[in-house]
Amino acid sequence: MIAVDVIVNQRRYREEVEPRLLLSDFLRHRLGLTGTHVGCEHGVCGACTVRLDGAAVRSCLLLAAQVDGSEIVTVEGLAGGGALTPLQEAFHRHHALQCGFCTPGILIAAEDLLARDLPPTREQIVDMLSGQLCRCTGYTAIVDAIAEVAGA
Amino acid sequence: MGAKAASEPWVGRPLLRLEDEALLRGEGRFVDDLDPVANARHAAVLRSPFAHANIRRLDPTPALDLPGVVGVLTGADVVELSRPFPAGIDSPTPHYAAAHEVTRYVGEPVAVVVARDRYVAEDALELVDVQYEPLEPVLDAEVAVSSEACASDRSFHYGDVDSALARADLVVRERFRSARWSCTPVECYGVVADWSEAERSLTAWANFQGPFTLHSVAAGALGLPGSKLRLLTPPDSGGSFGIKSAVFAYVVLMGLASRKLGVPVRWIEDRLEHLAASSSSSGRLTHVEAGFTSAGELLALRYDAIEDVGAYVRAPEPATLYRMHGSLAGAYRVQNVAARNRVVLTNTMPSGLNRGFGGPQLYLALERTMTIAANRLGLDPADLRRRNLIRAADFPYRTPSGALYDSGDYGSCLDDALTLAQYDERRAEAEAARAEGRLVGVGMACVVEPSISNMGYITLAEPGEERGLPKSGNAEGCTIAISALGGITVHTATTPQGQGHRTVIAQVVADRLAVEPSDVDVLTEVDTATSPWTIASGNYSSRFSGVGVGAAAAAAERLSEKITAIRAHLGDGSASLRRIAGTVHWNPEALPPGMEPGLAVTAYYAAPNLLPPDADDKVASSGAHGFVADVAVVEVDRDTGEVTVLDYVTVHDAGRLLNPLLAEGQVRGGLAHGVGAALFERHVYDEDGNLLTGSFMDYLAPTAPDLPEPRIAHRESPSPFLPLGAKGLGEGTTMSVPAAIANAIADALGRDDVEPPFTPGRVWELLRQ
Amino acid sequence: MKPTQFDYVRPDSLDEALSALAETDDAKVLAGGQSLVPALNMRLLRPSTLVDINRVPELDNVTRGSTSSLVVGARVRQSDPRLNAHLVLAAVLPHVGHTVTRNRGTVCGSIAHADTAAELPLALLACDGTAVVASARGRREISAEELFLGPYTTALARDELLVESVWPELREGDGFAFEEFAQRGGDYALCMVAARVRGTELRVVVGAVAPVPTVLTVDADSPGESAVAQVEPWGSVHGSPEYFRQLVRVLVDRTVVRAKEQAA
Repeated sequence: MIAVDVIVNQRRYREEVEPRLLLSDFLRHRLGLTGTHVGCEHGVCGACTVRLDGAAVRSCLLLAAQVDGSEIVTVEGLAGGGALTPLQEAFHRHHALQCGFCTPGILIAAEDLLARDLPPTREQIVDMLSGQLCRCTGYTAIVDAIAEVAGA
Repeated sequence: MGAKAASEPWVGRPLLRLEDEALLRGEGRFVDDLDPVANARHAAVLRSPFAHANIRRLDPTPALDLPGVVGVLTGADVVELSRPFPAGIDSPTPHYAAAHEVTRYVGEPVAVVVARDRYVAEDALELVDVQYEPLEPVLDAEVAVSSEACASDRSFHYGDVDSALARADLVVRERFRSARWSCTPVECYGVVADWSEAERSLTAWANFQGPFTLHSVAAGALGLPGSKLRLLTPPDSGGSFGIKSAVFAYVVLMGLASRKLGVPVRWIEDRLEHLAASSSSSGRLTHVEAGFTSAGELLALRYDAIEDVGAYVRAPEPATLYRMHGSLAGAYRVQNVAARNRVVLTNTMPSGLNRGFGGPQLYLALERTMTIAANRLGLDPADLRRRNLIRAADFPYRTPSGALYDSGDYGSCLDDALTLAQYDERRAEAEAARAEGRLVGVGMACVVEPSISNMGYITLAEPGEERGLPKSGNAEGCTIAISALGGITVHTATTPQGQGHRTVIAQVVADRLAVEPSDVDVLTEVDTATSPWTIASGNYSSRFSGVGVGAAAAAAERLSEKITAIRAHLGDGSASLRRIAGTVHWNPEALPPGMEPGLAVTAYYAAPNLLPPDADDKVASSGAHGFVADVAVVEVDRDTGEVTVLDYVTVHDAGRLLNPLLAEGQVRGGLAHGVGAALFERHVYDEDGNLLTGSFMDYLAPTAPDLPEPRIAHRESPSPFLPLGAKGLGEGTTMSVPAAIANAIADALGRDDVEPPFTPGRVWELLRQ
Repeated sequence: MKPTQFDYVRPDSLDEALSALAETDDAKVLAGGQSLVPALNMRLLRPSTLVDINRVPELDNVTRGSTSSLVVGARVRQSDPRLNAHLVLAAVLPHVGHTVTRNRGTVCGSIAHADTAAELPLALLACDGTAVVASARGRREISAEELFLGPYTTALARDELLVESVWPELREGDGFAFEEFAQRGGDYALCMVAARVRGTELRVVVGAVAPVPTVLTVDADSPGESAVAQVEPWGSVHGSPEYFRQLVRVLVDRTVVRAKEQAA
């Protein structure tokens, strides 16, 4: 068993894990943070995306053992207990989610993009979304929501 | 949304969704987020690696020795503990929840291992000792149709097709193939099953979407009365588009595992399982004969359809063939229509509901035929269609095969689409581009989008004398209860997967109870023990805005009448809802004499225009009919075969729009699935029946850069038959897009033998011929 | 889709990492994991041990090489802005996976994985680059031409770690172009081509249509046609062998034209 000492959404967790436990399963089933979703477990759909030390990553392609000493933000950590973030608000206004299953991963990936030095262009937003599968919306509203926050 | 005028109803407004905040915060509750029963153990499914094989030996003993393993359910157990699934037609081979002795498609369950966690369960799968003897698979439906693999063969005649074809100036004879594909929701199947030996009952939580006819199918397989299969759905479901209807087979499988092993069993399907063995569209090969006058009048249509439903006829199949039965003539006035429907089994994943359900297959054949005819007659494809469209004055219109088209103005919708697309200019530009050697084409499709399926249509698959009890089921239920403090709770059985049912029901109820939508709590979890459901309940055939809303409106109206009566009796016309509710709960004495106590109403609503199929095989297969007119402009890269959609215009008439924001979302989503089917998506099996598109690396669902930016417009011709005049609109573009893009590509390439999906490799093969 | 059991080792130094690799026969190196972990989840790979090099401090360097080159350490992510200084990497990296997978995937990991449909192995070969590999036995360099032996197979010995990739810079006056054809943005390529024009020399490399990224000798006057004769692509669910040959023809022509324009 591997000791994992990790901060998730500003809360510290100390756990022991089997080496093969995927981070996605650790977050969902060990920590109870079921907002992070699992859609393919081979890195294509992007539903499981979380921020690891600031960078958006696929949690199905990481082992829980790897995040020892790191800081993670999941969808539950975006607004915390407070008001929705501007990006979450924009998703709401633009009807950028339907079933909402892919939404947490897209929010996290978009937050990373928006946190960079230069605000993304619409084209960069579309390009980023090539790694996030949504089968409900046709994407336009998602692009619109992110672009609004980016000022693009 | 902010303030509104007091008189302005909530229905019709683009109210932002009440569903969103929980989903945006990560507080959605999907099936794998629930721990509905303590100590559930985790299942993994052992699946056939062969398309067709004898199982010579299946010995679970080595797996049982692995620490953490609870036990194994084998196909032999399944056959002993359950019955074959009933379906609309008798299947040549019985279909159980797992294979026993013979496997019939790659991915078919042969055993279930239950263990401490999914990791151990997958370890144990590898230890089950199975020996297969591969058999020759049947993969080509066209070959299989002349063997015992043909499970059904029915012919239908309306009018006189032979004479009409004989007097036609042009007869188009072509064949069209619709590939197998799947909407692949991002959330896969999930089931938690808990058998009670004492009650001889199964309680199961699953992200099922209806139709609840399948609850009866599952109960039948389990050998239980419906009351002993308590099926519950979670509050949220991560997309479905029809696909999750087939989770019912796994409800049975996991129920049997729970029963045999004496523990609650949790199974969360993974993506590889989903792509191999959940569900998909049917495949269809259609031979069309269509007769036209030289002026372009469509005189007769004959279809000969070979329907590939995969390895078993799994309920509700062969419904894909019959869902559109009333609409065989599409949007056109033709009176002479015939169809031969043959259902064929192949050694591939069983088919089932998939967005559009029968529409994409029908309209690929019909709308390609219309364009081909126009070209052969030297007419513009738009003109040919306009000549044949059902006229606005003809509604309500009875089609030759029995549908009652409720309302519409098809010609104006088509004109809107042509104007929005600048059709004439685009046609001229495309011609000019082609003259320069570029491959640019313009295509269109006009489709009637049925909604609210008549569950009786499936009985057409049997001859009249074998149909049993008449069926026309389509009803939906709804309960509204008001608490002692005036809180309003609605319980619907419409099982949404993202369509915004909570929001729309809140709008409908708010209008009738004179409250704000945010005052209305809508529960979308279904519990077959307590919810107001019917055999037809669920989220399919775009039935929500008709009957789902119909039931909510009926319940709200009855509640409103009661409140009004109480107010009058109290002599206080301005009494608040809270005061009324308090009175009802606390002091039934104060109610008008004879009034039933309580402030809750359960109402059911069924479309008023649906009857069982008649003796002439005519059926009103749907309760409402919208219309979609699309124009697509594409360019094909001569070098690579890559298709670029330069423009896409879609004009809809779905009757009254209950919430234009959500309507737009449905149109865009349906269009994305249509583009997926047109350009990317297809299940591919090799000659041995191995699935070549078994992961998301090879099964290509479109992502953001891959989709065109559609231009969308609406007309509103309210349905006279439905309480709010609203028709379904979630499937129309999935039906129209493959046909419109196929027509555009045929135009660009100047040839008729085009077949979706138009992946670059497939298009280039056409170019090189 | 869960991995089989394995041991997990997370060395804090390169020496520790190399000893861990020396000690087990079937260890796999875990860098970004963007290709490795899907294969683990699908149980296509069943290593006894994973050696996680993400905490090895020596491997995070991006430095200037002794010759005019960029030296990229084994931990450096594909999204690392330091890589944009290299014109070839800057041209190719946007095609590698997606924004999110580049955040985690490493340059060297992709090279060591040696997927012929991946961009970075081809790019290293196009640059005439080098892999620096180390083991407890010592250190050696392998040229890109000698590195890729077959699909997912490199010249690395079982105990060796690819510690650096060395990326020669383009020279003044060079022209370079990269083209790939994929069905969706971010997909693995169906075919990809890099072309470098240096004076009269034309270096063309193709990927995804041969078992390994492959240098072709092309005729300057009919580059595409001459390239086609040198590849024997296999068909797939996405296209016939003839189709892949066609993609070679088209992409070689397009890249050569663009590279020549740049050089001019």
